[in-house]
Amino acid sequence: MKNWGFNISKPRAIDFDTADTSEYSKIIEKVPSAQRCLMCGACAATCSASNHIDFNFRNCHLKYRRGQFEGLAEEFDKCMLCGKCKLVCPRGVNTRAVIYNMRIFLNDLNYKNIE
Amino acid sequence: MNYHPFILPFSLGAIFLFAVISFKFILWIRNLDRKQRYFVNKNIFSFKTISAFWEVIREALIHRNIYKKNPLLGYMHMSLAFGWFLLIVVGKIESSLYAGTFFEEPWLAIFFKYFAKEQHEFFGAAFFSFAMDFLLLIVLSGVFLAVIKRFISKFVGIKKATKHNKFDRIALASLWWIFPLRLLAESSTAAISGNGDFLTGSVGTLLKAIPVEALELPLWWAYSSVLCIFFVSLPFSRYMHIPTEIVLVFLRKWGATIGEQYSGLTDIQINSCSRCGICIDACQLNFAASINNVQSVYFIRDTRYGNLTDNVANNCLMCGRCVEACPVGLELTLVRQQLRNKAEIPGKHYFDYSQAKTIKDKTDVIYFAGCMTHLTPTIIIAMKKIFNEAGIRFWFMDEDKGLCCGRPMRQQGYIQQSKDLISKNMRLIASSGAKLLVTSCPICYKSFTEEYVLDIPVMHHSEYIKTLIDNKSLKLNKTDLSIVFHDPCELGRGSGIYEQPRDILKQVGELRKCSLEREEALCCGGSLANTVIELETQIKIRNHALEVLTESKPEVLATACPLCKKSFIHGNKAKVMDIAEIVAENIILQTKIKTLTKQSMHLTKDLKTKIN
Amino acid sequence: MNNKNVIIIGGGPAGIEAAFNLANNDISVTLFEKESQPGGNVKNWAKLFPDFGDASVVRKELTDKLKHNNIKFLANTKIDNLKWENNNWVAITDKDEKHTADIALLATGFEVFDARRKEELGYGIYDNVITSVDFEEMYKTGKILTTEGKIPERIAFLNCVGSRDEKVGNHYCSRVCCITAVKQAIEFKELVPQAQAYCFYMDMRMAGQFYEELYRKSQEEFGVNYIRGRISEAAVTMDKRIQIKAEDTLSALPMKITVDILVLMVGIESSESTLKLSTDNNIVGPYGFAKSKSLFGKDNYSEKKGLFLAGTCKRPLTLPETIADGRSAAIEIINYLRLLDEELGI
Repeated sequence: MKNWGFNISKPRAIDFDTADTSEYSKIIEKVPSAQRCLMCGACAATCSASNHIDFNFRNCHLKYRRGQFEGLAEEFDKCMLCGKCKLVCPRGVNTRAVIYNMRIFLNDLNYKNIE
Repeated sequence: MNYHPFILPFSLGAIFLFAVISFKFILWIRNLDRKQRYFVNKNIFSFKTISAFWEVIREALIHRNIYKKNPLLGYMHMSLAFGWFLLIVVGKIESSLYAGTFFEEPWLAIFFKYFAKEQHEFFGAAFFSFAMDFLLLIVLSGVFLAVIKRFISKFVGIKKATKHNKFDRIALASLWWIFPLRLLAESSTAAISGNGDFLTGSVGTLLKAIPVEALELPLWWAYSSVLCIFFVSLPFSRYMHIPTEIVLVFLRKWGATIGEQYSGLTDIQINSCSRCGICIDACQLNFAASINNVQSVYFIRDTRYGNLTDNVANNCLMCGRCVEACPVGLELTLVRQQLRNKAEIPGKHYFDYSQAKTIKDKTDVIYFAGCMTHLTPTIIIAMKKIFNEAGIRFWFMDEDKGLCCGRPMRQQGYIQQSKDLISKNMRLIASSGAKLLVTSCPICYKSFTEEYVLDIPVMHHSEYIKTLIDNKSLKLNKTDLSIVFHDPCELGRGSGIYEQPRDILKQVGELRKCSLEREEALCCGGSLANTVIELETQIKIRNHALEVLTESKPEVLATACPLCKKSFIHGNKAKVMDIAEIVAENIILQTKIKTLTKQSMHLTKDLKTKIN
Repeated sequence: MNNKNVIIIGGGPAGIEAAFNLANNDISVTLFEKESQPGGNVKNWAKLFPDFGDASVVRKELTDKLKHNNIKFLANTKIDNLKWENNNWVAITDKDEKHTADIALLATGFEVFDARRKEELGYGIYDNVITSVDFEEMYKTGKILTTEGKIPERIAFLNCVGSRDEKVGNHYCSRVCCITAVKQAIEFKELVPQAQAYCFYMDMRMAGQFYEELYRKSQEEFGVNYIRGRISEAAVTMDKRIQIKAEDTLSALPMKITVDILVLMVGIESSESTLKLSTDNNIVGPYGFAKSKSLFGKDNYSEKKGLFLAGTCKRPLTLPETIADGRSAAIEIINYLRLLDEELGI
């Protein structure tokens, strides 16, 4: 094939027809309050880790919800689980539990003794 | 030889039991971790061993701890354990005296009445006969209470009895039958041979009404078989706690405690749980939120049988109320923490984003507010005021960019990550050259004192304020403010700090008591350790705790933890203040100039009024 | 019906409007107000949304209605107890005086959320964090200044303080704060045109006539910046300015901004009297508001016979809605009394 010096990248759109949104239902089963999130960003604003590094829990949560898992496991490794986000959430989402369970689902390695 | 085939089930069962228990004990002791082995080697030949013996008698036989909680329940356990123990010991002496040798058939003591039918002529025969009947009566009374307890647990002061699995049911049923069958078997022989005492003799007389000759052997067979069933099911049932607890007592006396990773001691603790269910009554998830399948007893049971789910493992406030209540003294929260441990990736490091900066200005005291304290700025403001009034040079370590102390990670089982946070913070603390670390958060405090290796002392701000008052760096106003103090879990049960906050509050206002405090204090529900319950459940726990705390209608509910403050403040029951805020509000300003200006202001006022 | 009498608890817009309409129908009314002046929460406002109408004019219109001969207005009178006794409603004041009537109307209104409960936002801790009520108070003086007397260069408004917040226990939307923030942002920009105004929101709820237009006007004519993100915490800088942490959710980045004044748009909560009197009479609904019999047909009725409800003691309402509800309660009471008379054959 002739090299034109550029290539066409995949469109950056979420394809809801193919996106895997079923994974999120597992999170909801564990933490039903996750559904209540209205993406106000208070969690991301207060985040202790985001003082140091580019980490946005709200955005990660939304990506997970939309089935966009790429790079999420590494993102969640930035979280210190300090729980500050849980305290500021106006919708009473157990954000710490959401992130904890997402970590586990994203990385089966995390299972050792439990289950 | 005193032999009859009916002794076979008993003997085989006993051999099986002995083999399984020995196998398990050897395995567990081999699996002790390095620190635990060190303590065992260090203390095995010390007085600690003797005191362990004494404790075994006190706890495993007499069950003093249960007796203290509930005399009837204590008697039940004592009559079964100590009664049965004496029955074996006295029975052994009786049979040895009868046989004239210490090495008589090992089953003789168990089936003594059957084999010793003729008139006894050894020393003290009449006494032994009486004693054995008496002990049997004691044990039977215990069995009677146990049966009642199973059906009506309130009768012995337990609100919720534990749910049993099939091994427990088999073992329990056989245990219930052992002594009634022994009574019947001995009584039937007594009816035929006339060798019974006050109990077996009189029951024997009653049995004469039926064809007792045909019943004698079947009864002895049944007695032996039931013993066999009990022995075989014991290692797989909750009754494994009887032998395991003895090992645990010795290990504990020697100084072995639960470490970071699962070890032989964890197995020993898990098997030492008698599933008495006292922890269920202590658990707020049970009595304030009606969750009753996750308590320590169920967690331990599920772990033991290999069907622990993360729902059970994670549904715990780690408040430590069950640890205080546990009659066996199991380190329940630590075991739970171990079971939450995640696999580690060797060599991987986390949180590289934080560079440990070096501190140029050396200070005396480091102040570490903690993540949560940043959401309760009044605590920080109060602490700054206290430092300034006491004239302390301090460095606010996490003023704008702080790392978490690492405990929340650890509580969720991420040991590797937690250690990375700890080492980063440790480097920072060491570089400051300070002589003291003060924190406002009990979670951080617990972490600093237990998981960090620091060469400077660590104080929670309540301890620190107390020392400032004691060395007269701070003077406080005494007001008539009525205060109730809430013990935060990690500060109270977690770190044993009960007195300092109370001493401070007594100097500021009128400290009121509440019905559940100190070791029995309730959790505010805001605990980070639980990743299962949702806000609705937390609110139930909080509201219940608030009811208890505000019984005496105090003006202020004082606490010493930002998380507790955050939980309680929205309950709208009383004004919620941190101990640091109360102190900061009531400091007598020591700067002399200030008092002078005040005096001169009064003077000019007085002058003015006079002139007018 | 002229021998009938009604007691109304609460001399705010709903209470006054109901009293006036009842009085016009020859019913004698006793109106209790715990404060020295009538007008309720309208007293706190300078201008009203959405038309910037003068609140003092509205208040004067309302208080003038109290001059009616059939109305007995008792200021500085707090009702401690309201109960049904011997076929009458009995109100007992804080001075232990008893007032009896055939009908009682609860118009005890609302109180704004105490922003000190959201400690992380700094109200009561940092001087330049104020509430929307404080803003109105300041606006009445004709100047918006920091506590240091400086003209602010930047101001931020934060919506949903004490409403839509499950942590404080208020799940509901207070309905008036979004539009008030828009109104106050415009007012501020009118006073200090060179300054910047930021409005932090979770959702802008412009469900009222001319609200959307006002929102648009604030953007178009006054350049108010709207940022979709909830402020998680506020801190103070060395020069006493307020540093805010939020997430600019639309760009998915955390943001920090330093402002001279932070205005917290405090939500509507059930007032102390609403809570007390409706709890005593067992008509308390969610969040401590009084519960009406049915939202559609019997919204001014309570479950208690002869006890009526009007205004914001039931739920957050705007001022026009509150006044209309007072009027509606009057009609319901008149109808009820007429039916009662017919039953008795009078």
